[in-house]
Amino acid sequence: MAKSIRDAYGEALVEFGKNDTRVVVLDADVSSSTKSGLFYKTCPERFFNCGIAESNMAGIAAGFAATGKIPFVNTFAVFITSNGLNAIRTFGSYSELPVKIAGAYGGISDSFDGSTHHSLEDIAIMRALPNFKVFCPCDETQTRWLVKHAIDNPDPMYLRLARNEFPDVYKRGQSFEEGRAMIVREGKDATVIACGLMVSNALKAAEILERKNISIRVVDIFSIKPIDENMIEKCARETGAVITAEEHNIYGGLGSAVAEVLAKKGIGTKFTMVGVNDRHVGSGPYDTLQAYAGIDAYGVVNAVCKLVECN
Amino acid sequence: MIKEKEIKKLEEKCLKFRRDVIDVLHEKKTGHPGGSLSVCEILTTLLFHQMKNLNPANPLHPDRDRLILSKGHAAPMLYRGLAELGYFPVEEMHTLRDFGSRLQGHPCMLDTPGVDMTSGPLGIGLSASIGIALAFRLDGRKGHVYTVLGDGELNEGTIWEAAMSAAKFKIDNITAIVDWNRVQLDGTTDDIMPMGNIADKFKAFGWNVLECDGHCVKNLCDCYDKALAIKGVPTVILAHTIKGKGVSVMEGKSAWHGKPIDEDTFALAMEELGGR
Repeated sequence: MAKSIRDAYGEALVEFGKNDTRVVVLDADVSSSTKSGLFYKTCPERFFNCGIAESNMAGIAAGFAATGKIPFVNTFAVFITSNGLNAIRTFGSYSELPVKIAGAYGGISDSFDGSTHHSLEDIAIMRALPNFKVFCPCDETQTRWLVKHAIDNPDPMYLRLARNEFPDVYKRGQSFEEGRAMIVREGKDATVIACGLMVSNALKAAEILERKNISIRVVDIFSIKPIDENMIEKCARETGAVITAEEHNIYGGLGSAVAEVLAKKGIGTKFTMVGVNDRHVGSGPYDTLQAYAGIDAYGVVNAVCKLVECN
Repeated sequence: MIKEKEIKKLEEKCLKFRRDVIDVLHEKKTGHPGGSLSVCEILTTLLFHQMKNLNPANPLHPDRDRLILSKGHAAPMLYRGLAELGYFPVEEMHTLRDFGSRLQGHPCMLDTPGVDMTSGPLGIGLSASIGIALAFRLDGRKGHVYTVLGDGELNEGTIWEAAMSAAKFKIDNITAIVDWNRVQLDGTTDDIMPMGNIADKFKAFGWNVLECDGHCVKNLCDCYDKALAIKGVPTVILAHTIKGKGVSVMEGKSAWHGKPIDEDTFALAMEELGGR
C-alpha cells in the first residue's frame, strides 16, 4: 500500500534529521496533521511548536538559518505562503538563508476543510520569489529524496506536499536530480507534463487513452524551479503536443512555467493546461473535488483530446 | 558599571555620528533622519560598550553577540557605527543608497559586513532574534542577541506573536530595546495607532520590563547590565527617546521621518550639532 505524502515526509524528517544536529523542525500547531510531530517524538529538543502564528514561525526559522541550522517550517501550504510570506521573502529569498518551507496539504488535498484550507496559488507565489527553489513530489520515494536533498543543499526551498496517499510511481531507492524531469511513461502522440498528484492522474489518463489508441508520454516535473527546459523542448518537438497538469490554479503555476519555456524557445507546439480553472472548489471528498475541478484522470483525457484526435 | 570617562567618550561619538549621518542624508537627499537620530545612543552604547566578540576582521565569528536593527530604516546610524568599528571605511558612508553600494537603503546581511540580519519590513526582527537565541541555546553558545525595535513597529502583529513565543521558550539571551520616540511616519503614535501602556502589554506577554532615558548613555548601559542578570524570561528596555533628537526643528516631528534635508535645515543642524 502506498504511503501518504505527509507520512513519507514526517518519516523522512526523522530518518535524515535525527542524527544531523543542524536540522531543526518548526510547526504552527498542526504537527499531527503535517506529521512533523514524528520528529518531535524522536528529537524533542530540536522541535519548536510556535503556536498558531505562521509569520513569527517563519521569522524564527530565519534566525535559526542565520546561525548554522537547517530549519524545516511546517504548516498548511495556504497559511505559510500567506501569513509567513514577509519573513520568507526578506530572509529566505532576499537574504538567501537556507529555510525549508514545507507546505502541507497542498492543492485541494485538505478537501473536506474547504476552500479556506486549499492551496491553489502557493506554487505561483513561491516561484516568483528570487532564489527560491520549488519542488512538488509525486510519491513516497520522491518525497523521501526531497527531504534529504533539502538537507544537503543550502538554498531556500519550498516543498509542496500533500495530505493523502498517492500511488507509487517510483521504485524505492530511485534517485533524482534537481532540475531534471523524469519520463515515467513513454508515448508519441502528446506529452503530459505533471507534478504531484497529477503524475498518477496522468498515468491513469494514459491507460484510458491507450484503449483509444492514443499514446501519451508522461513526464514528472517535480522540480518546478529550476525547471528542466531541455525536457520540455524535447517533448514538444518529439510529440508535437504538450499538456500540463497540476493541482493548482491554471495561473502562475506549472502550466505557466512550461509555457514560459516554450515561448522563450520559440516552440509553437499545441498546448493546453489542466488545473483548477481560476475558481474555488469548496468542501467534499478529494476524488469528487478532483472530478469537479477537472483535474482527475478524465480531466487529463479531455485535455489531451482537445489537442489530439481521439475516437 | 560604566565609568564616567567612557560615558563622555560615547557621548562624543554620538554627537559625531549624528553630525555625520545628517551630513550624508543631506548629501544623498534620501533616507530617514528622524529615527536615525532617536536611536543614536541605543546603537552606540550597544556597539561600543555592551556587545561582546565583535571583530571586523572576522565579522561572522560564531560567538559574537548579535545586533538586529528591526527598525531597519535607521540603517544610516547603524552603518556609521559599523564603519567606526572598522567593518568598512567611514568614507563609504557617502555611497549610502547608491546603485551597487554595500550600504543599501535598509540593512542587508549579505551586502554589509557587520550586519547580522536583514531588516526593513517591520515586525519580523524579533522573530529572527528568537531563532538565533534558540540556536545559541542548542549549541551551548554564550552569545547574546540585542534587538532594536521601533515603537511604531509595535503596531505589527508579528511582534506580539514573537513576544509570546519568547516567553514560552524562556528566552533570556535576548534583550529587546524599544526606541520609544512616540512618532511614526504619518503622525504621532497616539494619533496613528495608540499602543496604550506598552510596559503593561509586554508584562502581560511574560516579559521583564525596564524603562530608561534612551538618550542617556549611563541609563542605557545600566539597563543592559540589569537585563543580563535576569534569567528565564526575556527582557525589554523601553527607551524613551525623541524622534529627530539633536536637531531642534526635527525633534518630535513626523515630517522628518524620511524627508530630504533642505539647505536651511542642514545649516541649522550643523550649527546645533557642532559641525560649524
